[in-house]
Amino acid sequence: MKKLIALALALVLALTVCSAFAEEAITLKIAHIGPLTGPAALYGIATSRGAQIAVDEINAAGGKYRIELIDEDDEHNVEKVINAYNAALDAGAQMIIGTTTSKPCEAAGAQGYTDRVFFLTPSASSTAVIEDKDNVFQVCFTDPNQGAASAQYIAENKLGTKVAVIYNNADVYSTGIRDTFVEKGAELGLEIVSEETFTDETTDFTVQVGKAQEAGAEIVFLPMYYTPASLILKTAADKNYKPIFFGVDGMDGILSVEGFDTSLAEGVMLLTPFVATSEDPKVANFVKLYQDKFGETPIQFAADSYDGIYILVAAAEKAGITAETTPEEACELLIAAMKEIKVDGITGSMTWDESGAVTKTPMAATIENGVYVFK
Amino acid sequence: MIFLDNLINGLSLGSIYAIIALGYTMVYGIARMLNFAHGDVIMVGAYIAFCGLQYWGLPPVLAFVVAMLFCTCLGITIEGLAYRPLRQATSLAVLITAIGMSYLLQNIALMIWGANPKSFPTTFINGSSIRLGQLNISTAAIITILANVVIMVGLTLFTSRTKLGKAMRCVSEDRGAAELMGINVNRTISLTFAIGSALAAIAGILLCSSYPILQPTTGSMPGIKAFTAAVFGGIGSIPGAMLGGILLGVIEIFGKAYISTELGDAIVFAVLIIVLLVKPAGLLGKPMREKV
Repeated sequence: MKKLIALALALVLALTVCSAFAEEAITLKIAHIGPLTGPAALYGIATSRGAQIAVDEINAAGGKYRIELIDEDDEHNVEKVINAYNAALDAGAQMIIGTTTSKPCEAAGAQGYTDRVFFLTPSASSTAVIEDKDNVFQVCFTDPNQGAASAQYIAENKLGTKVAVIYNNADVYSTGIRDTFVEKGAELGLEIVSEETFTDETTDFTVQVGKAQEAGAEIVFLPMYYTPASLILKTAADKNYKPIFFGVDGMDGILSVEGFDTSLAEGVMLLTPFVATSEDPKVANFVKLYQDKFGETPIQFAADSYDGIYILVAAAEKAGITAETTPEEACELLIAAMKEIKVDGITGSMTWDESGAVTKTPMAATIENGVYVFK
Repeated sequence: MIFLDNLINGLSLGSIYAIIALGYTMVYGIARMLNFAHGDVIMVGAYIAFCGLQYWGLPPVLAFVVAMLFCTCLGITIEGLAYRPLRQATSLAVLITAIGMSYLLQNIALMIWGANPKSFPTTFINGSSIRLGQLNISTAAIITILANVVIMVGLTLFTSRTKLGKAMRCVSEDRGAAELMGINVNRTISLTFAIGSALAAIAGILLCSSYPILQPTTGSMPGIKAFTAAVFGGIGSIPGAMLGGILLGVIEIFGKAYISTELGDAIVFAVLIIVLLVKPAGLLGKPMREKV
């Protein structure tokens, strides 16, 4: 009888302990790393804010996980990103959402590969970011996907056949997209009539734009960030040259440059999985929360990062991560989990393969009257 | 047609280099120092003009005058605070101070205006481009080239005809003798900085009107190119800075257009090396004999 009571007591005790565990939310420590200052601050601030919106939502919903977000600044600099990464780990981060831009992400991801730390980058799209690193996964397309998808979009929608390409040959982001664009373009019958390069310091684009014009290009493909793109648009306007300018995700943000004459960007097309004016209820909800909290309309980077947090939570749940899991343990568990999950986010329905590259269908938006529209 | 187009673009770019190079060459000629902060004064001038147009709603002409006045004061302040105390120091100490000043200005700009690039409003200067047959010439390019000519003529007249200009030439030739003849050397050097910095403001506005991206590092690369132009033309010589600047711009654009866009900058510096091998004092520089 005594034994029976003891057993019953033990059972009750065990049950209470269990239920206590089940009810108390597990705290995940996630670090966001991105350029909060410096030349690419626009992107880093967007990914930081996008992540914050997702974290607020998840914490308010009170599910299995509670998230503590740590924010670190890498200034879009390959040396400073390592400091930011170390600071994040010192602050107790178990996994990292970041980094925002390609070059710093290559450096930090490689360090994370050695230390066994899991990275999910919302927006670093170069292949070098995931190459030879099993610990890094992407939310956005890889560059090959962007270049090839742009060529595919241009060919399928019959935007034109004579294409000029202007790219930054000092930047892996730019050259990566250019390579696959040219390859896929040749396959689909696009004729590259002019191909010109520039570097980070270039401000004069008269020659590059002049050659595209001279060659009679109907489409000018611009695989680059928005700063040089804005100079190219200005130069083309000076020369009365009006082709279709087709950009990739780096073009996103051109409308928010202070003082930029948005009429220059009229008709510019860009590959993007996210348009803030979309009527999809999930997108509209995110945009509203973002606007209420930060007083501005989110760009694609913010949406990628918002999805990134949900992806991390889905993977953490699949992998059974707890508050005690160390970054090293979490890394192996998350790598295994990523290949099994499928996440329906605001930037599309996503799955991942071994390489860390995401699979989703690309879409292109057009700038009309200073806003993006899907056609 | 494309040749003419390139030529005009080259002249316009070269004119900007020339105006910046004037600032380097005047300061070097008179104070015997390389003012590496000059490129950053350009950036400050452009930011002040940007603020005038974008935030304070000033009419363009007034915004430019404010930018010029501000840069003039900035130039005199930099000279008074950082360079004057080092007048007797080694040239290396002055050079390092100038580089420090350059970083100081960049970082102050970063603090005030932030890192996000701003797009310089160009609608006032660039309403439309002028069409001549197939040729499209941007108004910014024409204004830049004209401004360059006006500045060159003005400066030549100033240095050859006015008393202050003559004082500048005296100080440049022999500082000690000039002082003995009753010329206030410190005031003359301040004046040089004032003129150089006012030119920097003009250069900044013209630079950003042609290439309307404004960030704290906007002045660095044009600054280095203009310094190259000043050396190319013969540092210390005003017509040399003009010639050097324009040639540099034209070579850069032609090199990009007819040889390779990838090698544009490499060609520019290769030409510089060749010129310096043949004429070590630069195109119009006077070879100077060291007095023993």
